[in-house]
Amino acid sequence: MSDAITARGLTRRFGDVLAVDGVDLDVPAQQIYGFLGPNGSGKSTTIRMMCGLLRPTAGSVTVLGHDAAKEAETVRLRLGYMTQRFSLWDDLTVRENLDFMCNVFGLGAAERRSRVAQATGEYHLDEFAGRLAGTLSGGQRQRLALAAATLHRPQLLLLDEPTSAVDPQSRRDFWEKLFELVAQGTTILVSTHYMDEAERCHQLAILDRGRVVAQGPPKRLARDIDATVVEVESDDLPLARRLLSGEPAVLSIAQLGSRLHVLLDRSLPDPEDHVRRALAAQAGTATVERVPATLEDVFVAATSRRGAEAAAA
Amino acid sequence: MKWLGRMAAIASKETRQLRRDRVTFGLIVGIPAMQIALFGYAINFDVRDLDAVVLDQARSSLSRQLVADLAATQVMRIAWQADSEAEFANIMQRGDASLGVVIAEDPERRLADGSGPVVQIVVDGSQPSLENVAQGLSSLPILRRHGVPPGGAPAMTIRVEYNPQKRTAVQVVPALVGTILNITMVIFTAGAIVRERERGNLELLITTPVSSSQLMAGKLLPYIVIGLIQTTLILVIGHLLFRVPVVGSLAELYAAALLFIAATLALGLFISTLVKTQFQAFQVAFMTLLPSILMSGFVFPFEGMPKAAQWIAQVLPLTHFVELIRGVVLRGAHLSDMPVQLGKLTLFFVVMLVAAMLRFHKRLD
Repeated sequence: MSDAITARGLTRRFGDVLAVDGVDLDVPAQQIYGFLGPNGSGKSTTIRMMCGLLRPTAGSVTVLGHDAAKEAETVRLRLGYMTQRFSLWDDLTVRENLDFMCNVFGLGAAERRSRVAQATGEYHLDEFAGRLAGTLSGGQRQRLALAAATLHRPQLLLLDEPTSAVDPQSRRDFWEKLFELVAQGTTILVSTHYMDEAERCHQLAILDRGRVVAQGPPKRLARDIDATVVEVESDDLPLARRLLSGEPAVLSIAQLGSRLHVLLDRSLPDPEDHVRRALAAQAGTATVERVPATLEDVFVAATSRRGAEAAAA
Repeated sequence: MKWLGRMAAIASKETRQLRRDRVTFGLIVGIPAMQIALFGYAINFDVRDLDAVVLDQARSSLSRQLVADLAATQVMRIAWQADSEAEFANIMQRGDASLGVVIAEDPERRLADGSGPVVQIVVDGSQPSLENVAQGLSSLPILRRHGVPPGGAPAMTIRVEYNPQKRTAVQVVPALVGTILNITMVIFTAGAIVRERERGNLELLITTPVSSSQLMAGKLLPYIVIGLIQTTLILVIGHLLFRVPVVGSLAELYAAALLFIAATLALGLFISTLVKTQFQAFQVAFMTLLPSILMSGFVFPFEGMPKAAQWIAQVLPLTHFVELIRGVVLRGAHLSDMPVQLGKLTLFFVVMLVAAMLRFHKRLD
């Protein structure tokens, strides 16, 4: 089996709002697949359709060989889902939460004991086992949620912005855990709006207003970016910014410390020269240098181009 | 086995959460105890110990005897003796006395020739139901003992004719089982599924293999036990405080209670599937509670209500349960004597449960 998830023309409409718009996806097995996109780009809705919580308005999604909408119950036995908001029970202890999840997944008493013991050890929850989940910190809750989602040894993990309320160290530990799970044969789909997390994924889909605007391994996305990136150093950055923002070839400008990070249309034959000419008013002080694209550039280029198209149309 | 296991998992989770929720847990015992004390004493259709003011214009041995007889009914307590009409009127006006008793200047002569009333009972018309009390008092045979022989009817003792306290409590307490169960069961379960939704647990819960029926059954099970505990509590308190007997069979009483608990839980569950927040759930629950309490025959006699109200009352499970439990507890009736009520209650349960199941989907849309 090569692909864990296949979506074709997946569409979901809420009233007048098109939340997911004709998404095609192929999520390969035993990899980490990332959904990168701003809030409202359709990440959660897509994930919810994958676990059968929402029915597609059009199109279909096949998860582990089964139609996610029609065979939701079959899929759910082999799927672990971590919701965006902490969704275990605040008024149950860590151990009670884990016991409960084992019970609803139909594990026997002996198996339940061994798996809960293993999970509390692996996720460093032993010392909190008797504490109410509602009293845990963000990082502890997130470990508990992942432990609970993996108790029944799912083939596929769907993680909806799992690290949005967690400190950087906990995020690092969390990702180490994800790579361990992948090494054990799990497929993971994770949504995020952090660039550093997106870079860690094997494959990435950038979502914008319900559509996949770029798809592939992060490195290749940066290499094949549909824009040229230059950085401008100048004594008068506000002036440089004003001059450049009037240029039709400029896709976006972001300030990084004392430099301007500028995305330009890739069809420009000599981008550095183009920028220098645009900055002629202060030619003496500005230096212009071409730099390799980052994942953020890919994200900005992919999302701004669609925005411009939408504005033109 | 797995079906039961998953249901048991939900039920035990629910019980644990309930045990940690001290307030709710306290209400399980607190609501029935408080309500029975309140309803048992306050919903007393018979009136006792009303403060009364007496204006004795005769001051004879007969007039003192009449006042003593009236006081002996226990309906009134002689709180004031007024010396003048002005003082009498003043006390009545202040509202200090609910009843006034005026004895004419010449009771002996009036009794002898029947020339006019001997005792006039003055009622504070601003308080409801006191007029009935006064009518009850004036029809008492007190005066007959003092010389008026109307048709030779034997002077009945007041106690037999007018024994208010006991009859009302006996009527109220069994019906109170139904009312309290109705309140707690509907409110507890109305919040049950919404609470999971509100706290975000539902999204996780429905991506597990737990089925709708396991979820519903597991949610209801702890409350069925709670309902039976409450039933016992009310009957025991009713027996200790108001000496309410259970004439019929206890097994049949609990069987009826079980059916009613199931019906009200199903209603609560159905409400739970209709609303988005716990607050809405409680509002809808209250919307069903008030008609239940007022129209079920708990407070007003069922037969006295307008036809339309009687039809509406047919839809309320409490109506049928009040008939069932009064039958079993007070008349010693068997459930087999009341198949119509049993059938209607069962129908209500089935309809509500099916409606709840149909409304509840393991989806978010």
